[in-house]
Amino acid sequence: MTEAVLAVEAPGASAPGASGARQFWRRLRTQRAALVAAVVVALLVLVALAAPLLTAVEGQDPTTYHPSLVDSARGGVPIGSFGGISGDHWLGVEPQTGRDLFARLVYGARVSLGVALAATVVQVLIGVVVGVAAGLGSRLVDQLLSRFTDVIVAMPLMIMALALLAIVPSSFPRPVLVALVIGLIAWGSIAKIVRAQTLTLKGLDYVAAARLSGWGTWRIARRELLPGIAAPVITYAALLVPTNITVEAALSFLGVGVKPPTPSWGQMLTAADVWYQAAPQYLLLPAGALFVTVLALTVLGDGVRTALDPRAASRLRVGTGRKREAKA
Amino acid sequence: MSDVTKAAAPARDLVEVSDLTVDFGDLRAVDGLTFRLERGAALALVGESGSGKSTVASALLGLHRGTGARVGGAIEVAGVDVRRAPEEALRRLRGGKAAMVFQDPLSSLDPYYAIGDQIAEVYRVHTRASRRAARARAVEVLDRVGIADAVRRSRSRPHEFSGGMRQRALIAMALACEPDLLIADEPTTALDVTVQAQILDLLHTLREETGMGLLLVTHDVGVAAESVDEVLVMRHGRAVEHGPVADVLGAPEQPYTRELLGAVPRVEVPRAVSGTGEAPSEVVLEATGLRREFGRGKRAFAAVDDVSLTIHRGETLGIVGESGSGKTTLGRMLVGLLEPTAGEVRYDGHARVGVNPAVQMVFQDPVSSLNPRRSVGESIADPLRARGERDEEDIRERVRELLERVGLVAAHYDRYPHEFSGGQRQRVGIARALAADPRLIVCDEPVSALDVTTQAQVVAMLGELQRELGLALVFVAHDLAVIRQVSDRVAVMRRGRIVEEGPADEVYDNPQDPYTKQLLAAVPALDPRIAVQRRAARRELTVV
Amino acid sequence: MSGFLARRILGAVITLLAISVIVYVVFYVTPGNVAQITCGPRCSPAQVQQVAEQLHLNDPLYARYWDFLQGLVAGQDYSTGTSVQHCSAPCLGLSYQSDQQVTALILAKLPVSLSLVFGAMVLWLILGVGTGVLSAWRRGRLTERLLTGVTLAGVATPVFVIGLVLMIVVCGQLQLLPFPQYVAFTDDPEQWAWNLLLPWLSLALIEAAAFARLTRASMLETLAEDHIRTFRAYGVGERSIIGRHALRGALAPVIALNANNFGGAVGGAVLTETLFGLPGIGQELVHAVNVVDLPVVVGMVLVIGFFVVAANAVADVLYAVADRRVVLA
Repeated sequence: MTEAVLAVEAPGASAPGASGARQFWRRLRTQRAALVAAVVVALLVLVALAAPLLTAVEGQDPTTYHPSLVDSARGGVPIGSFGGISGDHWLGVEPQTGRDLFARLVYGARVSLGVALAATVVQVLIGVVVGVAAGLGSRLVDQLLSRFTDVIVAMPLMIMALALLAIVPSSFPRPVLVALVIGLIAWGSIAKIVRAQTLTLKGLDYVAAARLSGWGTWRIARRELLPGIAAPVITYAALLVPTNITVEAALSFLGVGVKPPTPSWGQMLTAADVWYQAAPQYLLLPAGALFVTVLALTVLGDGVRTALDPRAASRLRVGTGRKREAKA
Repeated sequence: MSDVTKAAAPARDLVEVSDLTVDFGDLRAVDGLTFRLERGAALALVGESGSGKSTVASALLGLHRGTGARVGGAIEVAGVDVRRAPEEALRRLRGGKAAMVFQDPLSSLDPYYAIGDQIAEVYRVHTRASRRAARARAVEVLDRVGIADAVRRSRSRPHEFSGGMRQRALIAMALACEPDLLIADEPTTALDVTVQAQILDLLHTLREETGMGLLLVTHDVGVAAESVDEVLVMRHGRAVEHGPVADVLGAPEQPYTRELLGAVPRVEVPRAVSGTGEAPSEVVLEATGLRREFGRGKRAFAAVDDVSLTIHRGETLGIVGESGSGKTTLGRMLVGLLEPTAGEVRYDGHARVGVNPAVQMVFQDPVSSLNPRRSVGESIADPLRARGERDEEDIRERVRELLERVGLVAAHYDRYPHEFSGGQRQRVGIARALAADPRLIVCDEPVSALDVTTQAQVVAMLGELQRELGLALVFVAHDLAVIRQVSDRVAVMRRGRIVEEGPADEVYDNPQDPYTKQLLAAVPALDPRIAVQRRAARRELTVV
Repeated sequence: MSGFLARRILGAVITLLAISVIVYVVFYVTPGNVAQITCGPRCSPAQVQQVAEQLHLNDPLYARYWDFLQGLVAGQDYSTGTSVQHCSAPCLGLSYQSDQQVTALILAKLPVSLSLVFGAMVLWLILGVGTGVLSAWRRGRLTERLLTGVTLAGVATPVFVIGLVLMIVVCGQLQLLPFPQYVAFTDDPEQWAWNLLLPWLSLALIEAAAFARLTRASMLETLAEDHIRTFRAYGVGERSIIGRHALRGALAPVIALNANNFGGAVGGAVLTETLFGLPGIGQELVHAVNVVDLPVVVGMVLVIGFFVVAANAVADVLYAVADRRVVLA
């Protein structure tokens, strides 16, 4: 049985001369869902980056009010069908203010992706530093850092962020603040993962061999440990991005995240329960955008994990393959 | 009707396999294998890794169904056509008429349930017994396989058992439904040699008492010689040689069988060439009163306790012991990877702290001893760069030399570890150790993960290097035969202490310590007649 | 085991203390003129100064934290203008806005939040583990693919989006249920459950998706292990292999995830309460945050932290019971 498994895995496991990165791409390419997700994510990033360009093409901007496009007699409902969709306003206008929805949506993508990515960078930086220090440090250092990490993990992210964001004066640039707050509160689990991985690697024979070669701790950490930590960190970071997007949207939804006039998907949802009957796309647009973004990022994250940990993946494949054969 | 089947049954053999093929994708694991096993007889499938022997064992119970493997040919076990039988008939066969014992007894039992409950579950699948009756049966078979206080121990979970007891429990599970055939897939590979002897003796006794047939799958020719009547030697999925055990092992006809037998280290044969042939000269390393503790407070224990050693230039010191004897901990202290709790290591007459490039190590696991993300050339170059060499051309040249020196090709420099076999990786590990120009290399189980033929090559190479470079070697291993093959002097370790030390031939031919005697008696013999003698001798030797 | 319990409880207390220090420092050091905000935009500098004096905002931080701890352990007396108010232990201080005791304020709101979170927890465990088992059992078939798709969509939907959609469709368009109005369990259990149904669902569906993924993954991992092979080789049927052996292997990870996600679920509860207008801690917290009522904010964060730490401690104990191989250290 063990022989059989080895025999099945062997041919795929060793392409001659394949470096880690090349293997990763090869394994990622074989997953159709992950590829589609990668394309979607790439498109979203492109839209976010090109937001000024896209709105310029449309001829609108996200902040200008258009009182003439809403029916103030009926409480500010957009004039025209489907929430005022027209050649000038591709996705219609916002109820009451008449701001252009397309422009708000693409600028919202900027905020969503930008804040989530920046927060992830902060989380990864803190997590890796704390995790590696705990894994390599003395018993005392490890105990102190691990305890501190436990405390951080026990702090509920949404609650802390909600409270923190409210008391910082609004003169501080808001998107930066949101990213910082998320990043500073939610690095606990990544630190735990890095610490565990560092401890595992530290016990491996090749690290012992490097010590016997005469290398110092710093060089060993850089050459032998960090590359081994990269895989789990990338995997986990890929799954943190969608979480951060959700958190940012939730905070903005509650009114403490990104503040108007900067557009964000969470804010757009805040008003949705008031306006959904008059202008349904006012709910559908930000909800759909959030859903697609988080879904694509999650599927991509799953794909990255499969590509980086082929052992887990092949275990799962064997599991499904077994049943399929039995049925045939 | 039932009388007819009963009368007809003895006419057919217990196992009939003809022209068996098993394919995994493009890979043919078993290729046209034919054999039969009579009721009550014992057959061993012997082969190195990749020979397809375990695949055959799984195929006998139809375990390949639904795994994507293609099985061809005919398999009949206890009157059941395994390839065509409906799922229900197959389930009755599995565990009911033919039971299987696996290699790793820890992972082969469910960690979450009591052992008695697991045996009872299997028993209830095959009989309509009540819960209570099934539990009683579990206790009965546990008692039968020699587990003391079976009623109480049946409530233990697998992790509360020792390795040997777990394997006994698995055998008890196999016995529960009184099968006609026992399939044992490397049943003793994960066990210490003394425990292995106990398990093999148990299998022998059970076979005498119940008359069940045995199909033993093993890589260890000695284990086969101890246990069966017939041997089938396999290679690359095909039968190489098949016949009575005394004939195949005593007078092998096929070249591969001869090669295989030639590579098996023998505990009764003295070392062919001794180290450098020089009389013990200067002392390279001296350890005095070494002690190492792990854990703190109540859980503290000493893995190594008051060990003193001297290693001379050009000689090989073999350290032999079972798992938990502290031999690996000792090896790591000698090279400076672990600091001793007490005692000191003197290198060249000076007390030493930490590592020293002149004392290198070759590791056991060929997978984890090389960084998978760096080319093997880079790994070998590490000691060169670490001591400050900067000229890239010189470094590459030296690494190429070393690669060729250990039997690899200079062009392997830029390859990655996953492109090499286990034996080749061990060679890379040796080249990396040599790159530091060491005077002493501690080899920690360097060949235990390798097949016997590869093992013999690596051992021979180490001997050559030693003679050429005047190296001192410390060879740590659990395999008594391998240690005898390589060592000038031998130290036997047990529970962190050295119980006996002396010139290899003296220790092996005239052991003084009772534990050494027990160890030597437990080594499986290649000659079935000697095996019988040793079995008798084992009954008299028991060390507490 | 009792030694393990004692150590675990001590650890939880230390963690809580550490959280209180961090929370206290963070909130009272963060820039922002609390006195000005509390007093109102039209207050004169003198009035602001007076408010600051009254709220002890000018005292050194350690002294205020010490007072806070004392109040927590022994209770405290507060002078509010003319009268003196006694705040018995555990005292979390007085609200800047209303002079109400924070402890009482929280206790009044707690039943709503607890009903929401624990009700949803029952739902998400049943739904999530059930779905996970089903997809592991039907692995490779259409059922599994469908379930995988659904759970993925569930993971990708933010809790407030699902809540919003549920409310609009179920209460608005279809009018199957009235818009939720909290009814105390002690008043009318049936109405309590009916009114909480939608909030429970919106909170539970997302969490259930995460549990379904985890259960499926750990069951598939267990199914690939050697001991499953043993039971297959002994003729044990698929039902017992899935329901007895593979599911048992998924138990420990599910417990761990439940503890880990508890904090996140509490965050989700804040959103759910705000969305459905339930008068729980979350809603109160959002309100307190908007008026910078720091004692209320700190008190609520600590109470929620208490529940998260307690959930983790309980999970650790369950984990040790579920997996006896865990060293009780």
